Amino acid sequence: MDGEIPRDPTRRFVLQSGAAVGGGLLLSFTMTAEGQAAGDSKINAYVRIAPDGKVTIASKIPEVGQGIKTSLPMLIAEEMDVDWSAVTVEQAIADSKIYGRQVAGGSMATTLEYDGLRRVGASVRALLIQAAATRWSVPAASLATEPGFVVHAASKRRASYGELAADAAKLTPPDPKSLTLKDPKAFRIIGQSHKSQNLDAITTGAPLFGIDMRLPGMLYATFAKAPTYGAKVASVDLAPAKAVKGVKDAFVVEGGDNLLSIMPGVAVVADSWWAARKGREALDIKWADHPTAAQSSRGFEAKAAELAKASPHRTLQNDGDVDTALKGAAKTVSAAYSYPFIAHAPMEPQNCTARVENGKVEIWAPTQNPEAGRALVAKALNVDPSAITIHLIRCGGGFGRRLMNDYMVEAAVIASKVAAPVKLVWTREEDIQHDFYRPAGWHNFTAGLDAQGAVVAWKDHFVTFGEGETFSLAAGMNSTQFPGRAVANYRHDVSVMPLGFPTGYLRAPGNNAFGFVIQGFTDELAHAAGKDPVAFRREMLGAPRLLGEPGKGDSFDTGRMRGVLDLAAEMSGWGRKVPKGTGLGVACHYSHLGYVAVVIQATVKDGAIKVDKAWAAVDCGRQIVNPSGAAQQVQGSVLDAIGAALYQGMTFENGAAVNSNFGDFPLLRMADAPPVEVRFKLSDNNPTGLGEPAYPPTPAALVNALFAATGKRIRSLPIGDQLA
Amino acid sequence: MAFTLTVNGERRTADVDGDTPLLWVLRDTLGLVGAKFGCGAALCGACTVHLDGAPIRACVTPISEIGAKKVTTIEGIGKTPVGAKVQEAWKTIDVPQCGYCQAGQIMSATALLAAKPKPTDADIDEAMNGNLCRCATYIRIKTAIKVAAGQEKA
Repeated sequence: MDGEIPRDPTRRFVLQSGAAVGGGLLLSFTMTAEGQAAGDSKINAYVRIAPDGKVTIASKIPEVGQGIKTSLPMLIAEEMDVDWSAVTVEQAIADSKIYGRQVAGGSMATTLEYDGLRRVGASVRALLIQAAATRWSVPAASLATEPGFVVHAASKRRASYGELAADAAKLTPPDPKSLTLKDPKAFRIIGQSHKSQNLDAITTGAPLFGIDMRLPGMLYATFAKAPTYGAKVASVDLAPAKAVKGVKDAFVVEGGDNLLSIMPGVAVVADSWWAARKGREALDIKWADHPTAAQSSRGFEAKAAELAKASPHRTLQNDGDVDTALKGAAKTVSAAYSYPFIAHAPMEPQNCTARVENGKVEIWAPTQNPEAGRALVAKALNVDPSAITIHLIRCGGGFGRRLMNDYMVEAAVIASKVAAPVKLVWTREEDIQHDFYRPAGWHNFTAGLDAQGAVVAWKDHFVTFGEGETFSLAAGMNSTQFPGRAVANYRHDVSVMPLGFPTGYLRAPGNNAFGFVIQGFTDELAHAAGKDPVAFRREMLGAPRLLGEPGKGDSFDTGRMRGVLDLAAEMSGWGRKVPKGTGLGVACHYSHLGYVAVVIQATVKDGAIKVDKAWAAVDCGRQIVNPSGAAQQVQGSVLDAIGAALYQGMTFENGAAVNSNFGDFPLLRMADAPPVEVRFKLSDNNPTGLGEPAYPPTPAALVNALFAATGKRIRSLPIGDQLA
Repeated sequence: MAFTLTVNGERRTADVDGDTPLLWVLRDTLGLVGAKFGCGAALCGACTVHLDGAPIRACVTPISEIGAKKVTTIEGIGKTPVGAKVQEAWKTIDVPQCGYCQAGQIMSATALLAAKPKPTDADIDEAMNGNLCRCATYIRIKTAIKVAAGQEKA
């Protein structure tokens, strides 16, 4: 079966208690999926080979829709030299001792795994060759492989991987560094489009996602938390909930004050989720007062306006002399930009299944970051982390929300108080009202242009959240963002205000907002300089060179950005005449090691916005691992950003979210989704990830297109009815 | 109370309160978890199933309203020729990213093609606009519908 959740999930993974010998790769780990042939040979932690030559490859990173469950095993299969059709992929269990980093975040999996997983595959191939060399008493160097076979050309002997697997499994693996990897010209799998995993389960409705978990005797739970983040239960009458048919128990959970872990609340456990939900509705909970109740969107706006006028709290970057340069500038431009808090709202509401029995904790979690969850659960239940087993279950979307594991801790704590496995499922309202929001922010820009229209000074007074020198989670900004280091007189100031809300990482954290404000303001400068927006950006980028230190994440290659900017201009027919009411907008931004330029064409008629088309040019290095998945990630990022820019903003009153469901927190729908044309500009750089970098330039490309169409500059998101 | 339903051609019984949404009867009582919970308010379409062939949102449809009408879910839609074609097109085009909404998308697309075998772009937008995809696979969904309709080649 293709589903990730077998009928009896406890059979799926069996951890053997073997000790780690030398490298972590040797810790014994067997995946006993349903249907696994008994004669499989486990070559290493990633690869099993059956006698018939069928290969099972473990995928270490959680799958959240980024396609990693296809692309990472492709790397192993390529170097193993096996046909992709012979490969079955299984999700690995969460175990950093075996697999190292297992985080679906930061678009880092391709970057970090591209070399190492190829070596895992090459190691398997080397072992199979060694097994054949021993069997035939010939030097290993005289052997070669064809997909699925070791061959000895001189004697015309060949043996299938299936025949050699049992012998290969007994050999000591070579030093991974000693292995020679394939010449990319010889790639047969990498660089070819391969389909998503679990397509059969997805299209037939077989159990697959965390929310689909079923265990024998399992109960269903809801967990009511205070609308104001962190408020305690002052009083509650549990009797009405317990009176609901099907409800087995209801109880107060004390919780703590760590926003990343379990908050105070009331759990209702029942024999169906609907009964648990009805029980929750029947509760009349009085929440204790909490200082965060004094915070609201309106309060933040007022405070941000006040801080913008005052001297900045701190200066984080100060190159040259901005004030003098502004005085000498032929023209100065000032503009204030802002963006709202937004929720992640993955389609699958937060959920987790947990069983706590005899001091052991077993968790089935749709999570992007299992080890962080393990640490929180260990602390909350006061158990050793090694007593916790975490099964990685395919996530119905992540977008950064499931880097946090609050729901995992809730499920584990509730299960620890119930003599049965428990599946916790949040409502959509809880999902939107208890998110780790992309923080709102305010940017107060001033720039100076010289007589030729070149940018001679740039300053940004960034107003965000935090206290003292500490930013709220995901609320800080990299002070060297372009055009930092390219403009001689450049200053980045910051002021902060306190925040009691949970904030976190949303797809392209920080950059999803900085791309908007920087590239929106850049467009204003282009128009102030009387220059074409693409030509103006080319001038700002200047000659191809590296800003910052080579190898550092914040270094910026102006040549790579120029490459994608030129490509996007070419793809979109930049400069062509468009009808009245239609405009083209451009933006380019670097994040997550990827360079992306986006052009959007939009039409405004009677105040209604139609996004006609988007073009995205992407430089993520020399090799696209899986072109089909890569195009999907870029299209998805662009459309995600268009939806967020058009509609999304959270409103808070009394320290609590007002938005509650897709009615007041809209997602992009099909009729409003434009075609997105994607092209990759290959450059001689290591391959990097694609889950995020196409998002940041998109909102700016959209508002710049709307300016071209209407002459109205949008400086605050969401766009909403600002053109109506 | 006990309700008797016809689900994917089989007679099934569920002993639940009459206000229980069909979605939770399918998922928790009958063990058919293909229809997904997304919003509980008929805003996202992840729970779409067919009632006598017409698409409905199971999350807001109480079990007491089903009566003798036949329920078809993603688990059973492949038994219809149109449903099988749509499922196949979804795989050929490699539509999903996370995949969570796709059962609902396939159910809506199948209902569309059963009613209009050769839909226009506007027909597709209209029929599919109630189905959200947070990963925004809309471009491939549209292509897959056209492939299933024989209007486009894979």
